[in-house]
Amino acid sequence: MTADRPGVDHTDDHDDATGTAAPMMSDDPHAELLTDPDAPAKPLRPLHLRPSAMAWIFAGGIAGTALRYYIERLLPHDGASWPWATFLINLSGAFILGGLLEGLALLGDDSGWRRRARLCAGTGFCGAYTTYSAFALEIVLLGRHGHFGTALSYGLVSVVGGVLTAWLGIVVMERVHRRRTRA
Amino acid sequence: MIPILTFLAGALGAVTRFLLDAWTKERWRSPFPLATVVINITGSLLIGVLAGAVLFGGQPSTWQTVLGTGFCGGYTTFSTASFETVRLIQQGRRVLALLNAVVSLVLSVAACAGGLALVWVL
Repeated sequence: MTADRPGVDHTDDHDDATGTAAPMMSDDPHAELLTDPDAPAKPLRPLHLRPSAMAWIFAGGIAGTALRYYIERLLPHDGASWPWATFLINLSGAFILGGLLEGLALLGDDSGWRRRARLCAGTGFCGAYTTYSAFALEIVLLGRHGHFGTALSYGLVSVVGGVLTAWLGIVVMERVHRRRTRA
Repeated sequence: MIPILTFLAGALGAVTRFLLDAWTKERWRSPFPLATVVINITGSLLIGVLAGAVLFGGQPSTWQTVLGTGFCGGYTTFSTASFETVRLIQQGRRVLALLNAVVSLVLSVAACAGGLALVWVL
C-alpha cells in the first residue's frame, strides 16, 4: 500500500517488493492499489506472525469456503458441461476483490480496520471463496472425458473474464467513491 | 459434520496461503507474483492427487470434499491471481501480466493432470 508512495520510509521487508521499479509508476492509473493484496503491510511484528491477522483470515476463510461449498452443491459439475458454479464463483470473487481493495485504498492507508477488512474479506473470504484448484481439476476432467473444446474455452474465458471482472470491480468502486465525495 | 470440516479446512488453507505468500515475498523480490503462482500450482497438484485417489484408488469421496473442496479450495485463489494480472497491466508490465495468466493456467492444469496420472500409475 505505502510502497508506491514517495516519502514513506521502507523499514519493513515485505511491502516494498511491488514498488522497486519506480519509473513505470507514473503511468499507473491505480498506483494506490497493491500489486499483491496478500502482501503483509508495514507491521510492528511481521504481520504474518501475528495471531490476530491469522484469526481474521481464518474467519473470512470459513465464510468464503462455506459459500463456495453451497453454490457448488446447488450447481454440481458433471464433468461434461460448462462448470457454471466455479465459473460464477471465480468471476464474482474477482469482481468483489477488485472493488474491495480499490475501496479500501481510496479510504486510506493499510492500517487499523482497513487492514483487518483486507485480511478478513480479501485474503480470507475472496481468497477462499474463489478457487484455482477446482478450476484446474474441472479442465482436466473435461479433457479426460474428451470435451477438449469446452475445457479450452472454459480455461480461457475464465482467465480473461477474471481479469476483466477484477478490473471492473476497481473501476466501479472508483466511480462510486468519486460520486460520493463530490456530493 | 463433513460441511463443518470442509469449512475449517478451507480456512486453514487460506491461512496457509497467507503464510506461504509472506514467506516467499521475503525471498523473491520481483513484480512477478511468484507466490500466488506457486500456491495455485501446488494446490492444483494436490487436488489432482486427491481426485485420483477417489477415481482410481477407491478412496471415499469424503477426502476429496474436505481436503479438495476445503483445503485446496481455500489455499488456491482465483481472485488474487486475476487482481495481480490487472495490477501488472496497470503498471505497464504487459508481458509479465500475460506470463502470469498463461503460466498459472497451463502449469496448474498440468500439475492437476500430473497428480491424477501419478495415482493412476501407482
